[in-house]
Amino acid sequence: MWLYALRRIILTIPILFGVTVICFALVQIAPGDPIQNLLSPTASQADAERLRAAYGLDKPLPVQYVIWLGKVLVGDMGMSIANNTPVTGEVLRAFMNTIVIAMIAVVIAFVLSTIFGVAAAYRSGGLVDKAITAVAVFGISVPTFWLGVILVIIFAVNLSWLPATGMGAGGSKGFDYLSWSDFRFAVMPIIALALPPLGIMTRTTRSSLSEILNQDFVQTLRAKGLTETEVMIHAVRNIMPAAVAMLGLQLGYLIGGSVLVETVFTWPGTGYLLNKAILTRDIPLLQGTILVLATAFVLINLVVDLAQSLIDPRIKRS
Amino acid sequence: MNDMTPTNLSGSMPLAAPFVRVKDLRVRFVSREATVRAVNGVTFDLARGEVLCVIGESGSGKSVMMRSLLRLHPKKRTVIEGSMQVGEHDIGAVSDRVLSKLRGSTISMIFQEPMTALDPLYTIGDQIVETVRRHEGLGREAAWARALELLELVRVPSPERRLKAYPHELSGGLRQRAMIAVALSCRPSLLLADEPTTALDASVQIQVLVLLRKLQREMEMSMIFVTHDLGVAAQIADKVAVMYAGRIIEYGTVADVLNRPQHPYTRAMLASTVKDQERGVQLEAIAGSPPDLRALPDGCSFLPRCGYAKPECAVAMPPETVDARGHMARCYRVGVEGQRLAFSAPAIQPSVCTNASQLAAARAEMLGRQA
Repeated sequence: MWLYALRRIILTIPILFGVTVICFALVQIAPGDPIQNLLSPTASQADAERLRAAYGLDKPLPVQYVIWLGKVLVGDMGMSIANNTPVTGEVLRAFMNTIVIAMIAVVIAFVLSTIFGVAAAYRSGGLVDKAITAVAVFGISVPTFWLGVILVIIFAVNLSWLPATGMGAGGSKGFDYLSWSDFRFAVMPIIALALPPLGIMTRTTRSSLSEILNQDFVQTLRAKGLTETEVMIHAVRNIMPAAVAMLGLQLGYLIGGSVLVETVFTWPGTGYLLNKAILTRDIPLLQGTILVLATAFVLINLVVDLAQSLIDPRIKRS
Repeated sequence: MNDMTPTNLSGSMPLAAPFVRVKDLRVRFVSREATVRAVNGVTFDLARGEVLCVIGESGSGKSVMMRSLLRLHPKKRTVIEGSMQVGEHDIGAVSDRVLSKLRGSTISMIFQEPMTALDPLYTIGDQIVETVRRHEGLGREAAWARALELLELVRVPSPERRLKAYPHELSGGLRQRAMIAVALSCRPSLLLADEPTTALDASVQIQVLVLLRKLQREMEMSMIFVTHDLGVAAQIADKVAVMYAGRIIEYGTVADVLNRPQHPYTRAMLASTVKDQERGVQLEAIAGSPPDLRALPDGCSFLPRCGYAKPECAVAMPPETVDARGHMARCYRVGVEGQRLAFSAPAIQPSVCTNASQLAAARAEMLGRQA
């Protein structure tokens, strides 16, 4: 077990290295010149060159990469061109805002989808199954930004139960997820984030459960005299490797792909930040954000792999 | 253990009362497209401590019949008729709660595929302990001690280590032994074995077979053993039932059925096995294939493949003909002569038919002569 974990952890190092190369290269490929954005239209060519040299953008690309990587490794991702603030602090603050609501959303989706999936597989073909399938299809097909707007109309505008946008007066500084006066700002973003994974995970749970329930060993369990509940516990444990993999994928998708939800609710997370960085061609900010997101994705996959090997003893071997 | 030999009932029952009584069991699977009649009136008795071997081709209903004894078929799509009495329990009528208490304790089952019949995510020990704790309410430690005893009983080498092993870490033979340990964990009175040696290597097959026979004798279990291997049947059986298209078409002691087969199907099956024939002599295969269980004919279900058919064979399934020794066959050509069953072959023996067209020609000739 420990050997497998160690090997798996060591394997992530070259992956992370590759991530930095791609992060750096992607931004170079993107069209547009950040220096031109900064300068006033009347600035001279010499002014442009001077500014370029100040940001280190005049050096050859490999040199730029090595300098950038060296700084990144000590936690310095440069200064944001648009705001003139350190990128590291800004990205990490946004990342915390995103990862917390993404994790809450994905855990809610995981728990509910397991319950729904079990109920649907248990009453396969019945009314419960059909109702759950309908909810799941709704979750998969509804666009989150539309859902976000509808939620705002119902709960913020009409009922005035929840605030429509933002993180409240204090912003993300001192935001306390455990106090309701702060947390209520997060409720609607979490719901909007949780619905698509809930739909997808319900579908996969249901289908992998009915697959497991058709396997030979389930008949053995029944023949041993286990009750249907005990049989279901065995079956659920058997779908967990697949379910955990799905959970990891969805969490990765939520932290990277929540641009729309965060924009609708003006939630200051990485999606919101990414959007801002692209619009202002803020290359250090863009690089930093992508790097943090990609690293998070790699680490989530690592945790998923380790969790899977804890659940399924057959994984260690291969 | 206690609930199967209640003092109030055992006194009133005659000593020789069979432990298992299956009467006119019929099982059909209903789906939107078709109804499959898998078992069509199976009747047999089995005494305590006896081994019944059920022989038949794939699709003859032997496994379905066995699973019915534990009601393992999906409830919604299965219709079970007839009665199945095991001890004092009417399996067809008991509640689900009582049934799940009988499963694994009074009646246990071993399956064909040791590779897939165990839960891959639980250790062998866990899977034995789970059964023992479910039925006998033992504590964790006592249950583990029992699991260790059981692995020793089924001759698993270094059992302490194997208790903590997962199914994928064991060979096929060891897995099947583990499966047997699970099945025997609560000292069942009836063991159902569904081709338990079919998936194993020949050398391992014999070991498992000998082990099963020995344990069956020691624990005085009744056993129903499904196989399509006549050699296995000869090894292990007291009684043999030959199934065809969901019916028992011949039944008797192992000596009677295997040495004096009466039904044309049993004879053909015995003739088609590899024994000590001369090299180069062609084996006689049974031409044709088993009938479609979705549309069974009115007459004898073996008729289309039978070389001895008579006109009445097409009218109705032959009744049971039983001799004084309890040897039974269902064929219009089988009668009782003296104390024994006797097959009355037609005046002209049909030639050996090895393919379907030869068979059809021979049958046409035969039926024409009769008319």
